[in-house]
Amino acid sequence: MIATIIQRAVMQGTPLLFGSTGEILTEKSGHLNLGIPGIMYVGAISGVAGAFLYEHGVAEINPFLAVLIPLICSLIGSILMGLIYCFLTVTLRANQNVTGLALTTFGIGIGNFFGGSLIKLVNSDVPSIALSKTSTAFKTQLPFADNLGWFGDIFLSYGFLVYVAIIVALVSSFILNKTRVGLHLRAVGENPGTADAAGINVTKYKYLATCIGSAIAGLGGLYYVMDYANGVWSNNGFGDRGWLSIALVIFSVWRPSISIIGSILFGFLYVIPTYIPGISVSSKKLFEMLPYVVTIIVLIITSMRNKKENQPPAALGLPYFREER
Amino acid sequence: MEQNVALELRNVTKTFGSVVANKNVSLQVHKGEILSILGENGSGKTTLMNMVSGIYFPDSGQIFADGEEVVIASPKDAFNYKIGMIHQHFKLVDVFSAAENIVLGLEDEKGFNMPKYIEKIKEITEQYGFELDPHKKIYEMSVSEKQTVEIIKVLFRGADILILDEPTAVLTPQETVKLFAVLRNMRDSGKAIIIITHKLHEVLSLSDNVAVLRKGEYIGTVKTAETNETELTEMMVGKKISLNIERSEVVNPADRLIAEGLTIENHDGIKVLDDVSFTARSGEILGIAGIAGSGQRELLEAIAGLQHLDSGSIIYHNPKTGEEENLRDKTPMEIRSMGVRLAFVPEDRLGMGLVGNMDIVDNMMLRSYKKGNSMFLQRKAPKSLAEEIIEKLEVVTPSSATPVRRLSGGNVQKVLVGREIASAPTVLMAAYPVRGLDINSSYTIYNLLNEQKKNGVAVIFVGEDLDVLIELCDRIMVIGSGKVTGVVDGRHTTKEEIGILMTKTDKEEAES
Repeated sequence: MIATIIQRAVMQGTPLLFGSTGEILTEKSGHLNLGIPGIMYVGAISGVAGAFLYEHGVAEINPFLAVLIPLICSLIGSILMGLIYCFLTVTLRANQNVTGLALTTFGIGIGNFFGGSLIKLVNSDVPSIALSKTSTAFKTQLPFADNLGWFGDIFLSYGFLVYVAIIVALVSSFILNKTRVGLHLRAVGENPGTADAAGINVTKYKYLATCIGSAIAGLGGLYYVMDYANGVWSNNGFGDRGWLSIALVIFSVWRPSISIIGSILFGFLYVIPTYIPGISVSSKKLFEMLPYVVTIIVLIITSMRNKKENQPPAALGLPYFREER
Repeated sequence: MEQNVALELRNVTKTFGSVVANKNVSLQVHKGEILSILGENGSGKTTLMNMVSGIYFPDSGQIFADGEEVVIASPKDAFNYKIGMIHQHFKLVDVFSAAENIVLGLEDEKGFNMPKYIEKIKEITEQYGFELDPHKKIYEMSVSEKQTVEIIKVLFRGADILILDEPTAVLTPQETVKLFAVLRNMRDSGKAIIIITHKLHEVLSLSDNVAVLRKGEYIGTVKTAETNETELTEMMVGKKISLNIERSEVVNPADRLIAEGLTIENHDGIKVLDDVSFTARSGEILGIAGIAGSGQRELLEAIAGLQHLDSGSIIYHNPKTGEEENLRDKTPMEIRSMGVRLAFVPEDRLGMGLVGNMDIVDNMMLRSYKKGNSMFLQRKAPKSLAEEIIEKLEVVTPSSATPVRRLSGGNVQKVLVGREIASAPTVLMAAYPVRGLDINSSYTIYNLLNEQKKNGVAVIFVGEDLDVLIELCDRIMVIGSGKVTGVVDGRHTTKEEIGILMTKTDKEEAES
């Protein structure tokens, strides 16, 4: 029972971990990308489209290609979204909040449009499409995981994207704190003027951080459809996971390593009502609020302690003009 | 000897539009020498050094580094010629440690190796006698520590020519002594050091040679050992120019505002105002002279109730009731209603006082919106006031409905000063009211102030042009580094006298 809850919490948390790691990298460059929910949505539908074409195009599917094609499609989709955001906010210096919110609306629209089209194409009875073969490839786990009892259930029972999420978060954490690239990226987000004076290419760092961040976030969408939802796409099925990712960024005080624990906690709060017997649908909704409540508490605590390291990057949300003094 | 020249400028000229910032400046600095560049505000010191460090590009003239002519188009070029500049405003990332800031932007083929960098930073600090913990975060540091980080940043990159822009402006006397010791160590190890300053006693105690600039022109270089304060002041302020500003005699002066022991500390713990006491009298113009940033702004804001006073009192004699009141306990609104008016003209003109996007009438209402009994705005009175000001002060504007932002600088200032005068003040404070104005507009403003003086208003005028101060004001109070260094009579003083007072840091030195 406990093993199952942990398992569900990790699976529920993984899309959030992808989303928040991507958003942390973006925010470290000084850009508040509120388009993350839209980008994750696009990452998901791009992968679905790729998998759909592959599954319906060939008779016998190759498990390796069944993973690779959706993965690449998903990355392309979310990086394109990242590029749109960058072009508007870095090059044209548009307002970041407005651009981000517009991108979220846009991304969800794109997802529902193409998702709806695909559902029409297969003449399905239910408003969804199932890509079970692709999903099976994504969910492949280590062959001996089933024989290890609770240990296998908790640690080895997931599809590969779960491990990718954790590795990406750890690598991001290392790069941010231990390398020159990370130092430069943090400087860009804290004080772009100083970074510029030190000879760092501010625009390059902003573009790279935002696009790589978008790509990582998009994987969260892909994981959700292909693994968590067993390859079943239905419009608006992704829910509010995009916003939860952004809340998780604040919860983890801009540290990808804390984000790993945070994502599991958020996932736990998300699944726990299912395991409480006799709970009504309306009180279940109350539980879904908990991650946001926890985030607000973290915000209050970090604001009260007022430790500079726990604050958002100082130049977050501010466009950078070199000529402005 | 020629071999020893680290940096040489020949006939360097720089103009911004029609303003000449530097005209045919030539100077040399040798290895193992400290050169001071001395001059008043706006004499072009910083512009000159910005050309050397690659921020500006000269219109004409040549720069030689190590005997070879060089073109410095960017800070990176300057760095390649081993020139490093430490600006007045630090360029540091707050949440980074000292070491992280020092290595920021550095390309190192051998890879990123923080322990090695810290080792090198420690070597530098030991060699020159700095005190710095490389792991300390910038936001935990005092101003002088931040400055140390900036200096080490430049040395870490191997600079041999160091330029410091007003390095002591933000330091306490003890910190200044430490900095000078370090600078002497650097000189002794063969570095060329240029410091930009306007403090005479620092020039005399630290430098080997002094180059003097006045209004963008190069006046000359003298050996510190062979000069004295009087000669330097004369070179710095020049001969007196007659402006023929009308000045009436003071009629029936009475104490209006008595400030005693005003002290304000900023968040770095530095006293921006230190025990300032003075009296402003009715029917008199009190001038305040001093190097920019010596505490003038804080002083005026303290009187207007916009700055918190750490200690001291401001006693106001109300001419209507004859009562005495301490302005320290009053809100800005109460102070205003007592007739104390601040016409503050900050650097960006519109910053305080006027709202750029609103028209002249709306700006008039900023002062009167609390009047009237209905919930709707009464636009009639402010509109007639706006039109009166436009007519009387000859404000050039299409109509009273034009946004203030679209007026020229002089007209903006006329609107601001006009509005403050219209409310029949008892104390009128004006800071830099003629900054950036042409001659005619300036005289309009002087006449306005004189008119107020005749009406028995106590006028406090903060100015930067000594000629104007001497001709306009009845008494001139000089402040230096937040302290009053002297009060002189405008009718009998000289530019040299004020110049010397301005560059003193405190009274003891002025007397010695």
